[in-house]
Amino acid sequence: MADLEPGRLSPADLARVGLAGLRARPVRVVLSALGIAIGIAAMVAVVGISTSSRADLNRQLQALGTNLLMVGPGQNLFGEDVHLPTESVAMVDRIQPVTAVSAVGAVPEVSVYRTDKVPPGQTGGIQVVAAQIDLLPTIGAESAAGTFLNAATAQYPAVVLGAQAAQHLGAVVGQQVYLGTQWFTVVGLLRPAPLAPELDNAALVGWPVAKALLGFDGYPTTIYARAVEDDVTAVQKVLAATAKPEAPNEVDVSRPSDALAAQQAADATLDALLLGLGAVALLAGGVGVANTMVVSVLERRGEIGLRRALGATRHQIRSQFLTEALLLSGLGGLGGALLGTLVTVGYATTRGWSAVVPVWALLGGLVATAVIGVLAGLYPAVQAARLAPTEALSAPV
Amino acid sequence: MTALIELERATKRYAGGVAALRDADLTIGRGELVAIVGPSGSGKSTLLNLIGTLDRPTSGTLRIDGHDVGSLSDRQVSALRAQRIGFVFQQFHLTAGVTALHSVADGLLYAGVPRTERLVRAADVLHQVGLGQRLDHRPHQLSGGERQRVAIARALIGHPPLLLADEPTGNLDSVAGAGVMALLRSLHTEGTTVLIITHDHDIAAALPRQVRLRDGRIQAGSDG
Repeated sequence: MADLEPGRLSPADLARVGLAGLRARPVRVVLSALGIAIGIAAMVAVVGISTSSRADLNRQLQALGTNLLMVGPGQNLFGEDVHLPTESVAMVDRIQPVTAVSAVGAVPEVSVYRTDKVPPGQTGGIQVVAAQIDLLPTIGAESAAGTFLNAATAQYPAVVLGAQAAQHLGAVVGQQVYLGTQWFTVVGLLRPAPLAPELDNAALVGWPVAKALLGFDGYPTTIYARAVEDDVTAVQKVLAATAKPEAPNEVDVSRPSDALAAQQAADATLDALLLGLGAVALLAGGVGVANTMVVSVLERRGEIGLRRALGATRHQIRSQFLTEALLLSGLGGLGGALLGTLVTVGYATTRGWSAVVPVWALLGGLVATAVIGVLAGLYPAVQAARLAPTEALSAPV
Repeated sequence: MTALIELERATKRYAGGVAALRDADLTIGRGELVAIVGPSGSGKSTLLNLIGTLDRPTSGTLRIDGHDVGSLSDRQVSALRAQRIGFVFQQFHLTAGVTALHSVADGLLYAGVPRTERLVRAADVLHQVGLGQRLDHRPHQLSGGERQRVAIARALIGHPPLLLADEPTGNLDSVAGAGVMALLRSLHTEGTTVLIITHDHDIAAALPRQVRLRDGRIQAGSDG
């Protein structure tokens, strides 16, 4: 019969009916939306923080350059430590695409102390290193205070401290520290060097003074070489043979920017784990929404009966409760996206990064809440629609 | 012109075999004002649920406005309720926190009427039942009699030819009850068919026709 066609419920009416259902129980709505919000916030924050950190690393690498190569002595076939030839620095410099070379040489069995009263052995792990005076521009490091060694100070008992070593010794420029068996004057402090973190906990002295006063053998232990960006891999291949032509296998060549990138990759594994935890929280939130909706259907049998008496079809009742579940989880999703963004911004600010929250993460979060909302609302909505009108109306109001 | 309600040998049996209504024959014409009376458990509510299409007879036929209810789909039955039947319940069934205006407007929610028109018509109907000053009152701000008038307004807003009232005065004091009865009578004079379930004999006796039920059977008044 054509004239018995139920009226259509407009989307606006459907949303209004769903919202009215939520408004009637605000505390319960907030609590169950909170479950969803926590899950979404966790996932958005994990993605946001790792993206921000990666963006910061990329910026850092761009500033520092990825064309720095490191050459160091390895071990020979018998597992004995070897050293690089003294002339290896000059030989590396002769490779065509190499634009800058510098070197440091570890000074073994010499330690640095704040005063001569500190018992020997309490070195704080600070290594004494002989450095060439062109080290800083080559590794892309900067002075925090004072100056670096120059041709003059390299001859005398002067020392430049890496960032961590300076902090450990509590040293300021102009102060004296007890190095080996005599006092050295601190002439400069370094900022942390991301591409050569081994220098952060080092005390750098001039090459000549190390030989003269500290028994330095003059062998470089690390050669730093900058190459033209496009030829870095080619240079990397020939470095070992250039540094020690007679035994290239005894030379270790590395690219410090690779180490930073590898560390980032390791962080990615942790991110996946945290993301999984966020997903579990989200799932638990979905169960909370389903629970709220089931209870809601039980409590509102009278309302369901009334709506059926007013002419609501089963389909319209189902849509009403599905809409409610969707609005409920959508509310949580929005709150979670906001919270996750705030956490990212907060964390990035404390780390001095600029915060990056990818749009796909926010959209993905909202899609996830919609899916959760539908899944959580489906069963209660079907139950509500199946309720016989007479049974619903006879429920206590 | 056919009768508005036609029941032929309608039986309603619940799970477990209890027959709440047996072989009921009842014809109610357009514009009648009918009381359905009987002790509790006599099948009054079952009869009203069947006539209101909230339930279907286990056997026998029911025709509302010429439509055989047993052969209609859920959508069609729902449309039938939305267009032709208004319900008034003993417990009012007003949602807490919803104003009188919006409660009444919800009476048209499932009839495909746009929201603005629903609200205009709701205000009209509330004036009609004497609650023109109570549009923005919520249920807890209204007296029992006023709540029942809101419920009646909600049932009336779609101009249904049939109004079913299940103990409409059951929760009201006698003064409020008399007011509600006067309202239902005035609707009858305007042409609406009104069925009132009651166990108040005074109320029933004052109505032009009484259908008496006992133990699931219609004892008297099956034909006008």
